Amino acid sequence: MIRMKSVDVVIIGFGWTGAIMGIELSDAGVSVLALERGDYQDTSPDWAYPNIADELAYGIRGKLFQPLARETVTVRHAVGDTAVPYRQYGSFLLGNNVGGAGTHWNGQHYRPSPEDLEFRSHIRNRYGERFMPADMQIQDYGVTYDELEPFLEKFEYVCGTSGRAGNLNGRLQEGGNPFEGQRKKEYPNPPVADGYGAKLFADAARTLGYHPFPQPASNASRPYTNPYGARLGPCNLCGYCERFGCFMYSKASPQTTILPILMRRPNFSLRTNSHVTRINLDSTGRRATGVTYIDAKGQQVEQPADLVIVAAFQMHNVRLMLLSGIGRPYDPATGAGVIGKNYAYQMMSSIGVFFDKDVAINPFIGAGAGGVQIVDDFNSDHFDHASHGFIGGAYIFGGQTGGRPIQQLSVPPGTPSWGAAWKRAAKDSYLHSTTVATHGSVMSYRDRYLDLDPTYKDAFGLPLLRITFDWHENEYKMSRFVTDRAKDIVDQMKPKASSLNLRKPGDHYDIRQYQTTHTTGGVIQGNDPSTSALNRFQQSWDVPNVFVTGASAFPQNLGYNPTGLIGGLTYLSAKAIREIYLKRPGPLVQT
Amino acid sequence: MSNKPRSTQRREFLRKSLVVVPAIGLLGPASLSQARSASIAFTEAAYTPRYFTAPEWQFLQAAVDRLIPSNEDGPGALESGVAEFIDREMETAYGHGGLWYMQGPFTPEAPPTLGYQLRFTPRELYRAAIAAVDGWCKKQHNMVFASLAQEMRDEVLHQLEKGQIVLEAVPSQIFFAQLLQNTKEGYFADPMYGGNKQMGSWKMIGFPGARADFADWAEQPGKVYPIGPVSIRGDKS
Ligand SMILES: Cc1cc2nc3c(=O)[nH]c(=O)nc-3n(C[C@H](O)[C@H](O)[C@H](O)COP(=O)(O)OP(=O)(O)OC[C@H]3O[C@@H](n4cnc5c(N)ncnc54)[C@H](O)[C@@H]3O)c2cc1C
Repeated sequence: MIRMKSVDVVIIGFGWTGAIMGIELSDAGVSVLALERGDYQDTSPDWAYPNIADELAYGIRGKLFQPLARETVTVRHAVGDTAVPYRQYGSFLLGNNVGGAGTHWNGQHYRPSPEDLEFRSHIRNRYGERFMPADMQIQDYGVTYDELEPFLEKFEYVCGTSGRAGNLNGRLQEGGNPFEGQRKKEYPNPPVADGYGAKLFADAARTLGYHPFPQPASNASRPYTNPYGARLGPCNLCGYCERFGCFMYSKASPQTTILPILMRRPNFSLRTNSHVTRINLDSTGRRATGVTYIDAKGQQVEQPADLVIVAAFQMHNVRLMLLSGIGRPYDPATGAGVIGKNYAYQMMSSIGVFFDKDVAINPFIGAGAGGVQIVDDFNSDHFDHASHGFIGGAYIFGGQTGGRPIQQLSVPPGTPSWGAAWKRAAKDSYLHSTTVATHGSVMSYRDRYLDLDPTYKDAFGLPLLRITFDWHENEYKMSRFVTDRAKDIVDQMKPKASSLNLRKPGDHYDIRQYQTTHTTGGVIQGNDPSTSALNRFQQSWDVPNVFVTGASAFPQNLGYNPTGLIGGLTYLSAKAIREIYLKRPGPLVQT
Repeated sequence: MSNKPRSTQRREFLRKSLVVVPAIGLLGPASLSQARSASIAFTEAAYTPRYFTAPEWQFLQAAVDRLIPSNEDGPGALESGVAEFIDREMETAYGHGGLWYMQGPFTPEAPPTLGYQLRFTPRELYRAAIAAVDGWCKKQHNMVFASLAQEMRDEVLHQLEKGQIVLEAVPSQIFFAQLLQNTKEGYFADPMYGGNKQMGSWKMIGFPGARADFADWAEQPGKVYPIGPVSIRGDKS
């Protein structure tokens, strides 16, 4: 085994949260090393135009995704079933290389609603304990919205998020989201221009008395310099955003917002092709001594460090904690243990909206996040759930993120999937169709969790992570309710035809259908070490010199995209490390 | 686009292809059945398959020709080069199963919602399934798939799609789904992968390809974007 010189801080994984920790902790003057299993990549030459405008290579074959041949997960629907490998990409996509999924994300940039962070307390106070099904184990984050607000703002200013405030210091603002928590400052950039589909959607929603607003987008609407001094260029609505790197320097990613500054710091270094296999512990099991990784030549390398940041993406974080024996693995039979607990996903529905030839949508004009309109009236606890019998909700999304024809062309309902009739429909509808979708929360349950697979291994011979997941009654009800509201909006848009994709009771989780890469839980944060793996600063209760960033910390899933919250929590954690932990290493919350 | 040798060669190739393609395009849908052998002959002349054997190549062309037929709406899969696209894909890491997790044990009896669980890579899947479908066609109709009349070919494809034909080697629905997915990929992907010749499918639906710059057009609601497609290698139309 090769042994490297010790560093103050080692970061496992160099995606969104690894980059944030890298720049914040190196700013404190300590030595920081990031280990990334993938290669280096940057806007130029890797994502330069025109090669990046290649739907097959990036959108379909997944050039930027984690290669599943080396490492994947296994999936089963219920405890007791045999899990099988997720052999091809479908349901979710995983990031790889420098920047992680932060390079090929869409940039849909949300804050949580205040109640999302104290969800159990909020639901109990508003509806009573009995409103929650017995096997639902939702929890509070241990951090309130007001505590988190400055960090949510900081991440938006780093990303150059384009949007319009709905609630500035308690005053509702015309054209923004009236349901959002108070923000102290307006978004750093104005909204991206609406696509035509979004405009039709917003007009219809307004007619019905809803409150549409432009989706907050980390696709810069104008030239922008962020607080670190990194510069972004204006988005040109090219339609190659999610699944692609951005050739315009418009989409916020570690490459556009952090690396230009961080890579020049003498006390920061990055080692690529370094695949971490475990976090090493001393003989007490209460202190991490560093990490072990496999380098490009296949050699085992030991990297000693005083502080370990686990920033490898939700699923990989959970797996590394299990492989390293940190914290007690969760047991669904007894409900005891914390690592792997409360895995959750999201539930979407979508409606294809087809117009006549006089309505030109030009669906290829799109951004991953900007240019679409949102109705948030039925998300979180923005409406009274008492008579509906479910918890949580979804936002409704109107417009499209691009019109790439292999993946994003849709045909009216009843069209055969091939042959002359399919071709005619593709020809007639392509320019004249758009999408309305719902993007919904999923609660956490006693029998939905992550552990190590007993059978399948990765390329290094280590057990794969096993997902045990299926939908619950609450989520079917949620999706049906919000989708019915979405259908009302679609009817009001007066299309020629519309198609519906809704998950109904009895439909199992289908790993073949892409929904979102917003998987959550497994190393959750909270106030009580018996029910959470991390304290409110994302510090391991069991091994206090280990911090774990990313959506693995979410006790249940939100209706929103996670990265705004992930970024906020990471900045809060970084501040606590800088200002408290580095001066006096040890637990930041006493038990 | 600079005048690099590659783009010159490309234009030269396209120009030569153009001589042949309209000849098929001129034939109405009614005469396509007779035109089938002619169009296959054209594709064979233009491209020699590297992975597929002669009988497999016949199958592939005869199948994609029905999945996206040629007619007055726009080009079909055959003259778009979809068979060529699929053949070329078989030689990539994708075709070799290099993008998929391919370690056993394999449990093909797992619920379909848990995704692909066969031990076949894409190229193995095509090889096993084409032989099986041709075998089935010979038993039922005394002819391989490519020799069937187009209505019969459609019928077989429909049955494969619905899983009504039981093949020993592979579940027919899984093979059909793979074939249809690759056919649409070849039809709509950038022409540099061998399909979508002359960007015919893009022109048909109105997709501008790799143009990727619409800042000035977002706020022109109701008007169809007026500029034709461009490919990654700079071919315009
Ligand atoms: C197609 C797509 C679209 C998305 N769109 C949105 C959106 O619009 N809005 C939103 O909020 N979120 C979106 N997301 C989610 C968003 O990308 C993630 O929330 C975010 O990137 C998470 O940050 P992270 O630091 O936890 O993980 P990542 O950014 O994925 O970074 C993890 C890094 O760790 C590396 N790594 C993993 N394991 C190891 C190991 N063992 N050793 C060394 N390195 C390792 C990986 O290679 C990777 O670089 C999207 C995701 C995808 C895939």
